[in-house]
Amino acid sequence: MLNYLWGIMIIVAIIFGAVNGRIEEVSTAFINSSKEAVTLCITMLGVMSLWTGLMQVAKKSGIIDSLTKVFRPIIRCLFPDIPKEHIVNEYIASNMIANVLGLGWAATPFGLKAMQELKILNKGKETASVDMCTFLIINISSLQLIPVNIIAYRSQYGSVNPAEIITAAILATLVSTGAGVAFSIVARKLAKVS
Amino acid sequence: MSFLLYISSFIIPLVVLYVVGYGFLQKVHIYDEFVKGAEDGFKVVKGIAPTLIGLMVAIGVLRASGALDMLSSIIQPVTNILKFPSQLVPLVTVKMFSSSAATSLLLDIYKEYGPDSYLGKLGSILMSCSETIFYTLSVYFMTAGVKKTRYTLAGALVATMAGVVASVIVTGWM
Repeated sequence: MLNYLWGIMIIVAIIFGAVNGRIEEVSTAFINSSKEAVTLCITMLGVMSLWTGLMQVAKKSGIIDSLTKVFRPIIRCLFPDIPKEHIVNEYIASNMIANVLGLGWAATPFGLKAMQELKILNKGKETASVDMCTFLIINISSLQLIPVNIIAYRSQYGSVNPAEIITAAILATLVSTGAGVAFSIVARKLAKVS
Repeated sequence: MSFLLYISSFIIPLVVLYVVGYGFLQKVHIYDEFVKGAEDGFKVVKGIAPTLIGLMVAIGVLRASGALDMLSSIIQPVTNILKFPSQLVPLVTVKMFSSSAATSLLLDIYKEYGPDSYLGKLGSILMSCSETIFYTLSVYFMTAGVKKTRYTLAGALVATMAGVVASVIVTGWM
């Protein structure tokens, strides 16, 4: 996918720039953009490491485990057909908590394990189970509460108050997740009727 | 709304206070653990750095050639009806496919208009409340060996659109 997209972007930029009489700007942009990406990564190193460091403390002190327990009843509501003591509950909870805390890279392995277990529960069918649909819709609705990376980008580009978007971002995230949850619940009922 | 701003400035200090304070009470070696965890941050950034360089260059040259401006003036008539800024349409669309490509577009918005401008804020919030739909769907469903995905895409699109509408509304409050 990105192989095409990236290639097209670069080729279009060079040809369009040449026709548009802006080839000099394009030339400078190649060098400057690559430098800029590295400068940005240095800012990101600071903010991301601060966050992952804090999350390690939270993990060690048991905060993340107790958050996962808080999520249990929510998961029972969203996935009423999954056996209560099944390991997949654990995977789904861990995946969601990691997403909420903005640890996307830590969330994916749990998410994939959850999908493998759901596959077994679905008896390996090629058609997605209702639980898989719910899990993915909620996952894609974006659960991250504090957008740490966006705050880092904003600070790099000279925002006066990089964190000022937090509350607005939380509200928007709640709306998108709410819509995903509502859609999943309605779709599950409809799927049972038919 | 200054209230939103007011809460925003409290969230990070409160989270840090809670994590550090609780760890302290639980007699965790908080500093040792912090340093250990901070290493993961390096791994994460190291992982995204190459894609970020590649994509920021692509967006940078596209901007310099004038192609991005042309694209937004082409879609402007449509977005005017929807009351959504045409400059952010590529951001929302690209985010469905690739997170790093969308990040590069967001940074381009910051450069052109500033992170504290209306476009900068709206872009930040749009990025915070959406996910890479097609990427996630393909990776997760491949793992489960699923070919028929039923209503998952429809649900994901509904959630994303709800997020877009909510972003426009809350940014209007700021």
